[in-house]
Amino acid sequence: MNGVMSFFKVTGGLVSLLMETLYWCKAALKNTDKISDQLLVIGYQTLPVGALIALFSGGVLALQAGPTLARLGIEENVGGLVGLSLVKELGPVMASILIAGRVGSAMTAELASMSVYEEIDALKTMDINPVRYLVMPRFIATVLALPVLVIYMDVIGWFGGAVVSAINPEVQLSFSVYYRNLADLVDFTAFCNGLIKAGIFGVIISIVCCYVGLKTKGGPREIGTAVTKAVVLSFVLVLVFDYYVTRILLFFGLD
Amino acid sequence: MDMQESAEKKERGGDSGNGRGMGSVLLGYLKSARVGVSIRGLRKSFGANHVLKGIDLEVSPGETVVILGKSGTGKSVLLRHIIGLEKPDAGMILIGGEDINDPDFKKGHVVSMVFQSSALFNSLTVEENVGLYLKEHKVFDDGKIRNLVSSALEIVGLEGKESIMPSMLSGGMKRRVATARALVMNPDLILFDEPTSGLDPMMTRTVGDLICDLKDKIEITQIVVTHDIDLAFYVADRLAILSEGRIIEYGTPEDIRCCKDYAVQEFITPQFEQPRR
Repeated sequence: MNGVMSFFKVTGGLVSLLMETLYWCKAALKNTDKISDQLLVIGYQTLPVGALIALFSGGVLALQAGPTLARLGIEENVGGLVGLSLVKELGPVMASILIAGRVGSAMTAELASMSVYEEIDALKTMDINPVRYLVMPRFIATVLALPVLVIYMDVIGWFGGAVVSAINPEVQLSFSVYYRNLADLVDFTAFCNGLIKAGIFGVIISIVCCYVGLKTKGGPREIGTAVTKAVVLSFVLVLVFDYYVTRILLFFGLD
Repeated sequence: MDMQESAEKKERGGDSGNGRGMGSVLLGYLKSARVGVSIRGLRKSFGANHVLKGIDLEVSPGETVVILGKSGTGKSVLLRHIIGLEKPDAGMILIGGEDINDPDFKKGHVVSMVFQSSALFNSLTVEENVGLYLKEHKVFDDGKIRNLVSSALEIVGLEGKESIMPSMLSGGMKRRVATARALVMNPDLILFDEPTSGLDPMMTRTVGDLICDLKDKIEITQIVVTHDIDLAFYVADRLAILSEGRIIEYGTPEDIRCCKDYAVQEFITPQFEQPRR
C-alpha cells in the first residue's frame, strides 16, 4: 500500500513541478543569463564525451552489421542502417543517458544540497520562487541542449560508422557509398523523430532530477541517495517513454 | 560578558564595542513599518512528535524579544512558522494584524531571517549573496545595489570581502554575511536563529550591538532565538522561556531574573555556577 501511495505521490509531484515550471517559462527572457550558464554546463561541456561515445557507437554498429550485410551482398546498406539506428533510437537514448548521468546527477546533488542546508528556505524567505530561480533555467537549458547534442552525436556516430566500414576488410565500403545510402534512407521525418524524442527526454531528465533534489531532506547521506534515485529514475523513465513515444509516432506515421 | 556590565553599556546608548557604527548608506535606506507579531494557540506536530503545544506570544512593534530554551524545545520551528516556512496544525500567527496563513493574506511587510546554518548560496559570491533579494526583485539599479551591499558588509565587519566565495569563509563570517543579506531586504521584522553560535566573544558582542542598533535606531521588530544567556539579556526587551513546546515564562529581563520557577532559574543561571551534577 505504501508503494502505491509513494508512486502516486511521486507522479503527482513530478506533474505538479512540470506544470509550475511551464508556468514560469514566461520569465525565461528575464533569466537568459541563468539559462546560458546552464546551457554551458549541459551542452558545451558535454560535447567532448558525447563525441567519444557517438564515434564508438557508430563504429560498433558498423562493425556488427557490416560483415553480416556483406555476406548477404547488401553491404552498401550499412550507411542507412547506422544512420537510421542513430537518428531514431541510439542518438536520443545515448544522449539522454549521458545527460542524466553527467548533468542530471550534478543537478540533483546541487539542489539536494541546497535543500538540506536551508538554501531553498532562504530563497523562499526572500520571496524568490525556487522553481523560477532554480528549476526553470535548468529545464529550458536541458530541453534546448539535448536535441542539439543528439544532432551532434548523430553526425559523429555516422562518421564513426563510415570509418569502420571503410577500414573493415570484410566490408570495405567507400565513404561516398556509405553516405549516399545514409542520405537515401535518413529522411527529414526520421530526423524529426529523434529530435522529438530528445525534447521529451530533456523534459523527463530535468524535471525528475530537480524534483528529487528539491525533495531531499536529511544530510550528506541523503544527498548521495537522492542522486542515485534521480539517475536511476531518469534512465527508467527515458526507456519507458522511448517505447510509448515510438508507438505514438508510429500511430501518426512519423516513424 | 558580564550581564550587569552589558546592561550599563546598553544604557549608555547603543555604543558599538568595536567602534563601528551603522553604515550610513544602509542607515538611510532602512525604514521599518514597525509591525507587531501575535501568536495564538500555535500547535505543531511532526508525526508523533508534538513540538509546539500551544504557543501564545505577543511581540509589540519595534520590540526585541528573545526566545530562550533548551535544544529540541521547538525554538527554530517557531521561527519557521513566523516566516511562513511551516504551516501550523492549529493556531494563528498575526503579523501587523494579518493572519499569515489566511488564504486571502496579502503580504504587506517584509520579514527576513538569519538562519542558523547561514544558508548562503555556494555558487554566488558574498556580494551576489547579499544583493540577491534586491537584484531578483529589481529594487534598484546595479550601482545602488553595490553600494547597499558594501554598506551592509561594512556593518557586519566584512568590508572588502565582496568577491569571496562562501566556501572560503569561516562559520562566523558566513553568519555575518547572512545577517547582511537579511538587512538589505529592509525588513519590518527580522528573525535571528542562533545568531552567535560559532562566533568568538568579540564577534558575539558585535552581533549584540548590531541587534541593539537595529532596535534603537531603526526600531525594527526582532525575534531572536538563542542559547547565549549573555546575549539574550543584553539585547532583549522581553524574554520568553520555551520548555517542552510551551512558553513557561514571558517578561522583561528583570522579571525573568526574579522568576522563582526552577526550570527558568536552572536555564538562566550560568551552568558552572551550579553545583556539580
